[in-house]
Amino acid sequence: MRFERREHRPAALVIATPLIAVVAALAIAGVLIALAGAPVLTAYGKIFTGTFGSKLSATETLIRATPLILTGLAAAVAFRARLWNIGGEGQFYLGAIAVAAASAHLFAGLAPILQIPLLLIVGALAGMVLLLVPLWLRLRFSVDEVVTTLLLNFVAILFVSMLIDGVLKDPTAFGWPQSEAVDRAARLPKLLARSRLHIGLLIAIAIAFVVHFVQSRTVFGVQSRAAGLNPTGAVFSGVPLGRTLVFVAMISGGLAGLAGAIEVLGVKGYVTTDLSPGYGYSGIVVAMLANLNPLGVVLAALFTATMFVGADGMSRSMGIPTYIADVTVALSLLSMLVAVFFTQYRIRR
Amino acid sequence: MSVLIDILASAGLWAAVLRIATPLILGTLGALLSERAGVLNLGIEGIMTFGAMIGWLAVYNGADLWTGLLVAALGGAMFGLLHAVLTVTLGLSQHVSGLGVTLFASSFGYYVFRLMVPVAGTPPTIEPFQPIAIPGLSSLPFVGPAFFTQTPPTYLAIALAVVLAYILSRTPVGLAIRMTGENPHAAESQGINPMAVRYGAIIAGSALMGIAGAFLTLSAFNSFFPTMVQGRGWICIALVVFASWKPERALLGALLFAFFDGFQLRLQTVLDGVPYQIFLMIPYLLSIAALAVMARRARVPQALMQPYRRGER
Amino acid sequence: MTNPVLQLAGISKRFGDNLASDDISLTLHEGEIVALLGENGAGKTTLMSILFGHYVPDSGTVTVMGEELPPGKPRAAIRAGVGMVHQHFALAGNLTVLENVMTGTESLWSPASNTVAARRKLLQISERFGLKVDPDARLGDLSVGEQQRVEILKALYNDARILVFDEPTAVLTKIEAEKLFATLKDMARQGLSLIFISHKLDEVMATADRIVVLRGGRLVAERKAAETNKAELAELMVGRAVKRPVRDASTPGEVVLEAIGVTVRTGGVDRLKSVDFRLRAGEVLGIIGVSGNGQAVLAQLLSGTAQRSAGSLLLFGEDVGDLTVADAVDKGIGRVPEDRNREGVIGEMAIWENAVLERLSRYSRYGLVDRKAGMAFAGKIIEAFDVRGGSPTTRTRLLSGGNMQKLILGRNLIEHPRILLAAQPARGLDEGAVAAVHERILEARRAGTAVLLISEDLDEVMALADRIQAIVGGRLSPAIDAEHADSRRLGLMMAGEWEKEQVVHAV
Repeated sequence: MRFERREHRPAALVIATPLIAVVAALAIAGVLIALAGAPVLTAYGKIFTGTFGSKLSATETLIRATPLILTGLAAAVAFRARLWNIGGEGQFYLGAIAVAAASAHLFAGLAPILQIPLLLIVGALAGMVLLLVPLWLRLRFSVDEVVTTLLLNFVAILFVSMLIDGVLKDPTAFGWPQSEAVDRAARLPKLLARSRLHIGLLIAIAIAFVVHFVQSRTVFGVQSRAAGLNPTGAVFSGVPLGRTLVFVAMISGGLAGLAGAIEVLGVKGYVTTDLSPGYGYSGIVVAMLANLNPLGVVLAALFTATMFVGADGMSRSMGIPTYIADVTVALSLLSMLVAVFFTQYRIRR
Repeated sequence: MSVLIDILASAGLWAAVLRIATPLILGTLGALLSERAGVLNLGIEGIMTFGAMIGWLAVYNGADLWTGLLVAALGGAMFGLLHAVLTVTLGLSQHVSGLGVTLFASSFGYYVFRLMVPVAGTPPTIEPFQPIAIPGLSSLPFVGPAFFTQTPPTYLAIALAVVLAYILSRTPVGLAIRMTGENPHAAESQGINPMAVRYGAIIAGSALMGIAGAFLTLSAFNSFFPTMVQGRGWICIALVVFASWKPERALLGALLFAFFDGFQLRLQTVLDGVPYQIFLMIPYLLSIAALAVMARRARVPQALMQPYRRGER
Repeated sequence: MTNPVLQLAGISKRFGDNLASDDISLTLHEGEIVALLGENGAGKTTLMSILFGHYVPDSGTVTVMGEELPPGKPRAAIRAGVGMVHQHFALAGNLTVLENVMTGTESLWSPASNTVAARRKLLQISERFGLKVDPDARLGDLSVGEQQRVEILKALYNDARILVFDEPTAVLTKIEAEKLFATLKDMARQGLSLIFISHKLDEVMATADRIVVLRGGRLVAERKAAETNKAELAELMVGRAVKRPVRDASTPGEVVLEAIGVTVRTGGVDRLKSVDFRLRAGEVLGIIGVSGNGQAVLAQLLSGTAQRSAGSLLLFGEDVGDLTVADAVDKGIGRVPEDRNREGVIGEMAIWENAVLERLSRYSRYGLVDRKAGMAFAGKIIEAFDVRGGSPTTRTRLLSGGNMQKLILGRNLIEHPRILLAAQPARGLDEGAVAAVHERILEARRAGTAVLLISEDLDEVMALADRIQAIVGGRLSPAIDAEHADSRRLGLMMAGEWEKEQVVHAV
């Protein structure tokens, strides 16, 4: 048995791959649910009612999806240029803390129309800076950015923890340490009254469209794609590799930082060390499920959020460990990889 | 200044160094073995997590400690097999496949743990490895308590480093691994099956990673809790580069690193004005610095990261 | 001739739609030297790779010394006594010579390598065949010629009785090639049976006992060397009397590009050492040399991907400073790179994207790519340069080598560049594609383009170039007029012997 490269990728198969991947992941997760002694189909049913069953759960899903769209875009933009940004988690946290600090100490009192955009920019810049360090190490010292971005996640979270314990500590909060709250004027307006759903979702979706436009229509988009597909060929054709990667890193880090900023401004209004349940890492899964396509990222983020929220509800009512959601999402990543492989290769006896 | 000397002079520091180094030695050896054959295994963080969990769980359910280590090794090997199928047979991106394995192995580990051990006020514990005093040597002043009163897995780790160094440089299988990681086509032309070699290296390496994780729950601590690996897996990946892909240097690198980590821990209690987070950052920042220094100089196995496909044009 | 040691019967192999081997049957006798002749893409390497077990044939059998070999197992081939000396050496740069030879020869379960016995055996074989090596030298530090010796010793160490050499002289100087063929003849005398793959008629006529010609995957002819000649072989190889185009007379114009004492240093090593050359409009300047002597760096310098460390480069009379790729393209330098797959195109991108990638500034407005104009441009190139295999939106990877090269030539020549830099433009192409490429180069020359042709093919350079310089170890010889160039003279220049020659001044 061996594999033979296909000349043409059958379009139907390409579109179907994420669905196939998801189904496969759910099937394997089903085995795990059965191991827990729970009825599998009931469990799946509960996942969906967990998501769409009520207004609360539906809005929760959309709220969860918002940062996932942005961290998913961050990963997709970077991976497309073969920049392995695994530091989304750390960039998220830096964006969050930067916004808390800036709002409480720099921009307090400014009107929302001014403060919110400024804070979003600050959050993006914070994320950007964190990614530029590993990029510099790669360009200057040939250090693989996978490990450096990963290690910086821990550093960033420790840094945020330090600030929350110290300089940015909220003196009025007892118990779990949290940062000072952002200015009331900085909070993102709600999309739906009497819910937690905020306009961050719309911002994220709009950004997905912008990213798609930039990637498919601009010179920068073509050049960054060339840089990811064949760096040697790109250099020969005059693509300024270093500069292109810097811009890619700025966009990627900025998107992840923005995710943290929007999460703070839209949801809680302050920063804690458990602000992110792994949005940075899940963003990578989202990006791969979307095959690095920005518009696909929106759908993949919705799916992933559905899994988390739905599985949360299911596990609580059926006594299955909540980690089943993480397992399913991880399995989706793996099965997506395999499914994409089979769009490119066929099996030959 | 005298404070620093006090810390350096305490046998406790040096004993701690060996203890801290043990999972790093094992994890780095495991990653190194796989990379020497040409495959990067970023599943290490997840495999260490899973190994920590499953080894502990086995002991919690009545197995003896050495069986626990064995179970952890087998658990690691299982995920190694998964990574091998994805990267060797299918030739998928080693980066993404490894990250997927890490996410899968850790989340699966947490799931199984929660299934078997419901949430409780205080996490359940087991009786961990006890330090063994090496007869004779352990009664030497200073050196005795520092180096020769460690738990068995620590001695095992050091022995494995020596054994692996020997295997890679002096045995036929070591040659096969080294050639496969440099030029798999060359290995094939000598009648070796590069895919089989890679499978073997990845699986054996992952077994070592599993044991590295189990050290945490069966020796260093005595219970399992989520996120206990704390990025040690990634540090091992950095240490492989720092060690220039050589087992003997991996041993030294892990010890050096553990020294800074152990030193930093003790420094915390002395410099209590400084936030503890700064100290905790040191290991990660050191790893990054080590990479910056060594990345250009180390001679990387030339076929690392490249899938080997037979008969493809 | 004596008993047959090797028999290939009815071998067929298909890769996708490409029938690389079509029912080939071939016999090799003891002590014989057989040459496998054919142009690029004829299927020679495929056939030998099947023999050695790198590939599994779709049908057919391989029989060695009377025993049929299980397909697809190099280990079985090695055990049966077949050894292969690959074109791209199957060696590991991080291991020593001895380690390279020893790997895989002992059981993988053995707890210790027996280096003492291995060293003894290696030195014995080295003596016997006159192939001198240092067993403890690190392979990556050896020269190409020395590495080839290790590749040969590897096969002999495995007790090969049948040896296959794939394009063995591709990376050797003329002197090294002569030594190699002497070694081959010695091996045959000692009872080994040899097959060597080549597309060079001189070598084949001089060394082989028998010649097997492959064309389009099929065996089209077998001849005894003594009973044939180069012209017949050339025609059998190509299937029709294809003549490569030769330049006609011309008068060169002004100097468009001049290098004075240019040195390029990378990684602390001087890759180009104080080179001088002058390139005029309407002429072809050929730079001949065995690959690895600085051609790549020279091409990079003029393409804008490497910068000079000393000396000056005058473009249209003006000192050019640091030449970037954008500069090169803007100023009208067309560039055809040596490695079309790695440098020339981005395989996964569409043909139109590859057509405009190096000149995006002209096919975009306000930072947005003008897709329509780009597709039109690609359409023009496809039409004018006969690029077959796809439309502007087809993924470039799917084009054959010849068509890809036509695309690359086309995107440069359609703009009537003032200078064309062509590095190994016909490498890896079949005769038909080679003739097409050469014709385009001569056409550009007629239109007044100054062509710098970097090549390792003597025939190509002698046919196309007006003046020729040799590149050896990063240095350029003085130029000689084509009228005064013959293969002996050029061979000497390529070996570095130009100071001694009476140089007829052409610079």
